[in-house]
Amino acid sequence: RDCQQADIKYLSGWKQWKRTSSKSLKKVLGEVKELSSYLELWRHDIHSIEGKFGTGIQSYFSFLRFLVLLNFIIFILMFSFVTLPSIISKYGMFNSSFAKIPPKNIEPHCTVYEPSGNKGLVYFYTYLKDLLSGTGFLEVTVLFYGYYTIDAAWISILKYNLPLAYLLATFAYLALSLIWIIKRSVGGFKQNLVHNEDQFQSYCNKVFAGWDFCITDPNAARLKHRSLQYELQTDLEEERLKRKIADRTTKEKLRIYSLRIFINIIVIAVLSGCFYSIYRATVFSQENSNVSIRHGDVSNMNFQANLLVQYLPSIVITLANFIAPQIFSFLIRFEDYSPAFEIRLTLMRCVFVRLANIGVLLFSLWSQISYCATDECNACGYNYELYPCWESEVGQEMYKLMIFDFIIILAVILFVDFPRKLLVTHCSCKPVQWCGLQEFGISDNVLEIIYGQTICWIGTFFSPLLPAIATIKYFIIFYIKKISLIHTRKPAARPIRASSSNFFFLVVLLIGLVLAFIPLGISIAHIPSSKACGPFRNFNTSWAVVPHTIDGFPTGLRQVLYGIASEAFAVPFFMVICLIMFYFIALAGAHKRVVEQLREQLVMVRFDPLFCTPKV
Amino acid sequence: TGEAEAARAAMGGSASLLPREALGEYQELTFLGKQEILLAYKRFSELLPKEERENACSARVPKSQILTLPELRANPFQHRICRVFSTSDDGDDSISFEDFLDMLSVFSDSATSDIKSHYAFRIFDFDDDGTLDRKDLEKLVNCLTGQGQESRLSNAEMEQLIQNILEESDIDKDGTINLSEFQHVVSRSPDFARYSVLQL
Repeated sequence: RDCQQADIKYLSGWKQWKRTSSKSLKKVLGEVKELSSYLELWRHDIHSIEGKFGTGIQSYFSFLRFLVLLNFIIFILMFSFVTLPSIISKYGMFNSSFAKIPPKNIEPHCTVYEPSGNKGLVYFYTYLKDLLSGTGFLEVTVLFYGYYTIDAAWISILKYNLPLAYLLATFAYLALSLIWIIKRSVGGFKQNLVHNEDQFQSYCNKVFAGWDFCITDPNAARLKHRSLQYELQTDLEEERLKRKIADRTTKEKLRIYSLRIFINIIVIAVLSGCFYSIYRATVFSQENSNVSIRHGDVSNMNFQANLLVQYLPSIVITLANFIAPQIFSFLIRFEDYSPAFEIRLTLMRCVFVRLANIGVLLFSLWSQISYCATDECNACGYNYELYPCWESEVGQEMYKLMIFDFIIILAVILFVDFPRKLLVTHCSCKPVQWCGLQEFGISDNVLEIIYGQTICWIGTFFSPLLPAIATIKYFIIFYIKKISLIHTRKPAARPIRASSSNFFFLVVLLIGLVLAFIPLGISIAHIPSSKACGPFRNFNTSWAVVPHTIDGFPTGLRQVLYGIASEAFAVPFFMVICLIMFYFIALAGAHKRVVEQLREQLVMVRFDPLFCTPKV
Repeated sequence: TGEAEAARAAMGGSASLLPREALGEYQELTFLGKQEILLAYKRFSELLPKEERENACSARVPKSQILTLPELRANPFQHRICRVFSTSDDGDDSISFEDFLDMLSVFSDSATSDIKSHYAFRIFDFDDDGTLDRKDLEKLVNCLTGQGQESRLSNAEMEQLIQNILEESDIDKDGTINLSEFQHVVSRSPDFARYSVLQL
C-alpha cells in the first residue's frame, strides 16, 4: 500500500484524469454490452448450464442456439423472396397476377403431372401418412417445389422473375451460411493457433494462471479442480507418449503401420457395407411406393407397411449412423495413437459416415430418376412416368429424413434415458448400478445436429419451407436436451476444453456445408429440370435461367459478364490469388522465424553480463 | 456522531458511516472506484458482530469470518490470501478494513499486471522464503487439483510437471523461481489477467 501511495503521488494530474476517464468509459461500454446481452436468446439458460456442467457442454448448447438463428434467417430469406411473391400473385392480392407461360419445344408427354391430392372419401390415417411422408395433400402446398409453377408474377406494375429469384435465393442462403460460419470460426482459429504454438510455456500458464478467481459456487469449483487435474494429466501423458513414439524401434514401427493399414481396410469395408445397404433400401423403397401410387393400383399394403416402406431409407441411415461409430471407437484402440489424436480420428470417421450416407441416398435417388430405357423417356431427360416432378420427390425424401431424425431424438430421450434413470434410482442390483447413468457425449450430440443441418441445407432448394421446420425442431431439441441433461445424465469424468471444441464443431459444420454444395450443384446444373412442374419448366436445367437472363441485359453489360466468365480473365485472376496466398504464407513463415530467434535470445540472456536480472 | 449523522443523511441508506475524507483517500490509494469502496464497506461491516459495526474502519475480522465470503469460500488459495493481506501483529491472520480494500484493489480489473503478479508470487510462496522452490510448487499444484486423495497427481506425474515448469520459467537454472522470473513468465500468460479478478 505504501508502494501504491508512492506510485500515485508520482502520477501527474493529466494521467489521473486519463485513468478516471478510461475507467468510466469501460463502465459505459460494460453497461451497453450487458443491455445487448439481454436480447440474446437463452442467455440465462446457457449461463446456468455453464455454471453447473462446465464449458464443454455449454459450447454444445451455444452451437445449437447458433443453428436456430441460422435456420431462422435462411427461412426468412427463402420466404420473402420465393414463397411470399408466389402466394401474393396466386391469390391476387395487391393487384397482382401471375403467368403460367405455356411450355414450348417440349414433348407433351413430359408435362403430364397429376399430384394425387386427396379426392373423395379418405380415411383419417391417410392424413397422418401424408403428414409424415409429405405426399397427398402436402405435396401440392407451398412446402414443395412443385407448387412454384409460376414463371413470372406481376405485382402492380413490377414484373417479378420468379425462376431467377428462386435460384438466386438458393445461392444467397448458401453464401450466407458460409460467411457466417467462417466468421465465427476465425476467432476460434486464432486462439487454436496460439494454444498450439505456445508449447513454450503451456505448463506455467496452466499452473500459475489456471484458477479462475471469479468462481464462487462450490460445484463449479469442484468442476474446475477436476478439469485442471484432467488437463495436466493429459498433457503429461501426451508428453510421455511422444517420448515413447520417438523411442520406437524399426521393427515396432513396421508392426504398428501394418496394423493400422489393416484396420483402415476394415473401416473402408464397414463404410462400403453401409453405403450398399442404403442404396438397396432406397431402390426398394422407391420401387414399392411408387408403383402402387402412380399407377393408381389399390394399395395392397396396409397403412403401417406403407409407412415402413416410405421410411426405409431413413431407418437404414439411422441404424448405420448408430452402429458405425461404435465399431470405430472399438477399432481405434488397436491403432496406438495419442489420446487427442484418437478422439479426432474417430470423430472424423463418424463425420464422414454420417455425411456420406446422405450423399449415397441422393445418388441412389438420382440413379432411379435418370434411369431411361425408352426413347420417350430420353426426350424428357428423366423418368417422366415415375417422377413427373422429381424435385418434389427429392424434397419429400429430405422432409422424411428430417422428421424421422426428430422422432428418433425424442424417442431416445423418452424411451431410453428416462427409464434408465428410473431403473438406476430405484433398482439397486449390481449389473444395473454398474451400467449406471450415461454421460452427455458432446461429440455424438454435435454430429447429430450437424447431420440434421446438412439435410436442411440440401433440402431447402427442393422444399423452401424446410428451414422453418428445422428452426422449430432445434428449438424444441434445446429444451428437451436441457431437461434430459439435468435429470438423466451424470457429470462427465473427463471435462473437455471449450475453445478447441468450438472451433472443431464449426470446422465439421463447414465440411457439411461444402458437402451440401455437391448434390445441389449436380441437381441445379446437370440434371434436367422437370418439365411438368416448378419454375424451371422452360429451361433445360435449373442453372439455364442465369444465361437466359444475362442474354436479356444490354450489350455492354453482357459483354462484361461474358468476359469475366471467360478464360482470358479467369487465368490471370487465379494467378493473382495464388500470389497473394504465397505472400501471406511467406509472412507467416517470417514471423515464426522471428519468434524462434527471440526464444533463443531469451535463453542466451542469462549468460550475458549486461542483461543479468538482479536477484530480489 | 453529528458529522456521521450528517454524512448518513447526505449519502443515504447503506455504507453511510464512512467519512468522506476517508472515502477520497481510499479512492486515491487503491484501484477501486467510489461505488466499489462503498460496497466493500457494506460487505465488511456485515461480517462484524452488531456492536462493532460503528467502528468498522478500525475493527479486525477474524480469519474464520472472512472465509465465509462467497468469493473466498470456493477459492483454494483462501488461507494464503488471508496470510498475505493481513497486517495483524498477532499473526492470527485477521483482516482489517484497509487490508480488505487492499485485497479487493489488487484483484480488481483496473489493477496493473505488475501488482497482480507481485501479489500472486507472495500468495504462491507457501513457506514465505521469497522464492518458489519445489515444495512450494508441489503445494501449489495440489491446491489446484483439489483436496482428496484421488484428485492428486501421482509422484511420478508431479516430478514430471515440476521439471517442466522449472524448464519453462527458471532462467538462471538455480532450481527455484524468483520474483522477476515469475513476473516474466506470467506476463506472457494469456489467461493470467483474465482470471485474477475478484468481483463483489
